[in-house]
Amino acid sequence: MDFVWDQRELILEGFWRTIQLAALAGGLSLVFGTLLAVMRVCPIPPLRWAGATYVTVVRNTPLTLVFIFSTFGLPRLEIRFSFFVFAVVALTVYTSSFVCEAVRSGINSVASGEIEAARAIGLPFRQTLSLVVLPQAFRAIVPLLSSVFIALTKNTSIAVAFSVTEATSILRRLQNQDASATFPLLIVTAAGYLVITLALSFAFSRLERRVAAAR
Amino acid sequence: MSDQLVALSKVNKHFGPLHVLKDIDLGVARGQVVVVLGPSGSGKSTLCRVINRLEPIDSGTITLDGRAVPAEGKALARYRADIGMVFQSFNLFSHKTALGNVALGPMKVRGRAKADAERTARELLDRVGLADKADAIPAQLSGGQQQRVAIARALAMEPKLLLFDEPTSALDPEMISDVLDVMIELAQSGMTMIVVTHEMGFARQAADQVVFMDEGEIVERGTPAEFFDHPTSTRAKDFLSKILAY
Ligand SMILES: Nc1ncnc2c1ncn2[C@@H]1O[C@H](COP(=O)(O)OP(=O)(O)O)[C@@H](O)[C@H]1O
Ligand SMILES: [Mg+2]
Repeated sequence: MDFVWDQRELILEGFWRTIQLAALAGGLSLVFGTLLAVMRVCPIPPLRWAGATYVTVVRNTPLTLVFIFSTFGLPRLEIRFSFFVFAVVALTVYTSSFVCEAVRSGINSVASGEIEAARAIGLPFRQTLSLVVLPQAFRAIVPLLSSVFIALTKNTSIAVAFSVTEATSILRRLQNQDASATFPLLIVTAAGYLVITLALSFAFSRLERRVAAAR
Repeated sequence: MSDQLVALSKVNKHFGPLHVLKDIDLGVARGQVVVVLGPSGSGKSTLCRVINRLEPIDSGTITLDGRAVPAEGKALARYRADIGMVFQSFNLFSHKTALGNVALGPMKVRGRAKADAERTARELLDRVGLADKADAIPAQLSGGQQQRVAIARALAMEPKLLLFDEPTSALDPEMISDVLDVMIELAQSGMTMIVVTHEMGFARQAADQVVFMDEGEIVERGTPAEFFDHPTSTRAKDFLSKILAY
């Protein structure tokens, strides 16, 4: 346990990296996932097909493969970033497809009569979406998004295999230094993830209660 | 005719193999109130929906103020803004307050300032008897109140024409008259209205013209007195005997 305590700074640094990965990929996924969902419901068929194809392909690809493509495939296309950026790209590509499906289910839950009413007062497609459909869709999918983001937080640990020094990679490094500390390290690391995901759950359930009151 | 606000000529509409509107000719003069009635499935809702082009038509022409209905895009949105529509199921925006529902169109479609739009919205809510409900969301309102907010929302766009598709059919009996009172006041104020309804009292009191539809056709038309007291077609007689049976 002393060893774990001595290494607390390194461990915290690892978790800070984890939080950065999750927050960046989470924010970007929210944006791209919403765009994908809008593509999937828009009146232009090629955009709809593109959105549907993306989701089908990415959702059915193991995350590790997405990471391999991002970390080893992109450099082949002369696209070079740090491993951290590749990890953010991989996590965003992957998580966007789940956000998309969540948002799409939210969009489908909006009463079609309200969409008609929006068109009837003269709102064009874009404003119907941004003023009437999406605000209601997001309110409806807060619990869904919560589990998407918790999954994302845990998925950041795959970055360990791709040279990003986030929490799990710190765990592995320290464990190599002192094998006797394996269990304490595992427990501390698991607890660290738990703290992050519980904080997320807490934030989302508060959000859920707030939007429920406004509905 | 220059006093025609809306004119439908030889309008046809199919849903797949189903011929829902058959050669519809209908003219509505400015300030006129037309009541449309007919059995369920006769095409009344579709008639309303093609007039503000929530549904496209297969053939024929529809003009508003002498201008053809734009096919799509911005021009179509502007055209729709000039036609108010009130639905059977109210269709208020459930995430917005009554005030927000009424002010949304003027702000986002007409580009009016928020304070200005909200002032008008409050006046309109007052006009439909709901001044004290401005901050309520739809879930907190009764059906009759929701429908009156929906009417205020339509009025806020300062429409040339108001379409009502069975506005009282989803209401409890004691709320129907609140909504009909508002509609009668509108009719008397000179609003041009097309109203799908089976409320005979409203038709007799407010309608200039009654149109009877069956199976996608306009079977009979006339003044309320002519139609209700001396229907000529068998189909209209059958229909009236059914709605008058109880
Ligand atoms: N979107 C649609 N797709 C297919 N059929 C429809 C659609 N809307 C209405 N219909 C059909 O068209 C006919 C006329 O419907 P409608 O205009 O709603 O009649 P009404 O309002 O007089 O009851 C009905 O047979 C109905 O089932
Ligand atoms: Mg109908």
